[in-house]
Amino acid sequence: MSRIQAIELIYLFCAVCFIIALKGLSSPRWARQGNLVGAGGMVVAIATTFAWPGLHRIWLIVVGMVIGTAIAIPAARMVKMTAIPQMVAAFNGVGGGAAALVSLAEFDRSHATAGIGTAAAVLFSVLIGAVSFTGSAVTFAKLQELMTGRPIVLPQQRLSNVALAVASVAFVIWGLTGSLAAAVLLLLVALVFGVLFVLPVGGADVPVVISLLNAFTGLAVAASGAVLRTTLLIVAGTLVGASGTLLTQLMSKAMGRSLPNILFGAISARPSSGGALEDTADRSVRTGTVDDVAILLAYARRVLVVPGYGLAVAQAQHTVHELAELLERRGVDVSYGIHPVAGRMPGHMNVLLAEANVPYEQLKEMDDVNGRMGQTDVVLVVGANDVVNPAARDQPGSPIYGMPIIDADHAQQIVFLKRSMRPGFAGIDNALLYDPKTTMLFGDAKDTLGALVTAVKTA
Amino acid sequence: MAETTLGLFSIFVLSVFVGFEVISKVSPILHTPLMSGANAIHGVILVGSILVVGLGHGAAQTTLGFLAIVLATINVVGGFVVTDRMLEMFKGRRPTRREVDPPAGGAG
Repeated sequence: MSRIQAIELIYLFCAVCFIIALKGLSSPRWARQGNLVGAGGMVVAIATTFAWPGLHRIWLIVVGMVIGTAIAIPAARMVKMTAIPQMVAAFNGVGGGAAALVSLAEFDRSHATAGIGTAAAVLFSVLIGAVSFTGSAVTFAKLQELMTGRPIVLPQQRLSNVALAVASVAFVIWGLTGSLAAAVLLLLVALVFGVLFVLPVGGADVPVVISLLNAFTGLAVAASGAVLRTTLLIVAGTLVGASGTLLTQLMSKAMGRSLPNILFGAISARPSSGGALEDTADRSVRTGTVDDVAILLAYARRVLVVPGYGLAVAQAQHTVHELAELLERRGVDVSYGIHPVAGRMPGHMNVLLAEANVPYEQLKEMDDVNGRMGQTDVVLVVGANDVVNPAARDQPGSPIYGMPIIDADHAQQIVFLKRSMRPGFAGIDNALLYDPKTTMLFGDAKDTLGALVTAVKTA
Repeated sequence: MAETTLGLFSIFVLSVFVGFEVISKVSPILHTPLMSGANAIHGVILVGSILVVGLGHGAAQTTLGFLAIVLATINVVGGFVVTDRMLEMFKGRRPTRREVDPPAGGAG
């Protein structure tokens, strides 16, 4: 057995590790082990690569890896759990960039002799990898609030998109002849395209794009694997491409939107300015006191907590858990209604609540809680808005129309803990705030919950 | 031999099916960690970056490859560390009572 064959055999082992890792990550019980198996497979794969016959400039490789590690570890260790989505976007973007660069470098070596198949793989990887790179950078900026989260449509965007698409096709055709210059030009066009691709996506749709770009990077890596003729890259990249696509579909389904609508909705949209505003302008809201709400909660039979991103921002997950435990000790049946896109990504809210040691059994999915909403005495909405907005059900003009929601309006009483009357992430008004069944408690979610805890103790 | 174009293509097609199959039944609780974990796995492009620098010639390939190594390392290391941090939070839960079937069951 030659050395390369031995390496390929070890790569096969690593590919199996990645499959086991994804399998493990799909079950709560084995998720952590799964991730470790994946990391182990990665370490073996990288170490094995150093044994490649004729590999030189090892010091340079090591320096590059040291620099990368020095950047990544503090970033990954220090990021707050609320900022996870943008961190994943950033890690994903650099992966896409790396895939594009690898293909370009390999094309530089082999373009004179490369067949059309290799050229196609190079161009695909350059295009998709570069789109993922700048696209992820824009999603990062949006979620980190370095720029507005609203959709941005440039003047003449449709025209520039068409122009870019035409240019890309031209460079691809030229590149298939083995032209390196075409590949470089394609890279530049794709970098611009990545920005224009994500700018018109706004609000709650941004996480869907992260997932889509994650799948993109996977496919770019697979294409790089085809260029380098390394099966490990093809298997790993394709696994991520397939799983990412599935996850993206799942996320858009949870929001009741089709993927094209999410990606291109803003470009083709009629300016409807929110839609749901007309009849709420002259209505007033009912503001309650902490003591009123404490009594309401303490003597309820069933309370449902609907947590949103605002809860995470206020770092109130521990306080909400404290309140829930207090109520449970009084015999109140407390559960949490988790909307699929609560937080900023599917499952993000679960991560945040797990951080506060909220038991799994209390986390209920949307369909579960909606079925029992009629028997729920109080719905406590903490820092959420769009996910309980009835406009999604009955305002066909609303931008969130069709998104499945938690039917908080069907409960006996609704209590909103909110910072202000400011609309949610999607930027639309919520008629539920003006509902006669609704009580508002304004202020920082953590402070208000803390006050509620004290008040419930004496109630 | 796998290195023929047809062989590589076969591996690609089969991997698509494995990718769909392996995560098709995942509880929504784990969507974020799963995305993050998958994100770390595509950092395997680091292997490709190493090969490009280690086997390449000339300034252009070395520069591009070196940049790719830095970016890919950030992807791999950051990806696995952040996923582990997320999953660490799930471990503190009570080990008793209905551990076998997670509450998200039945979501199909």
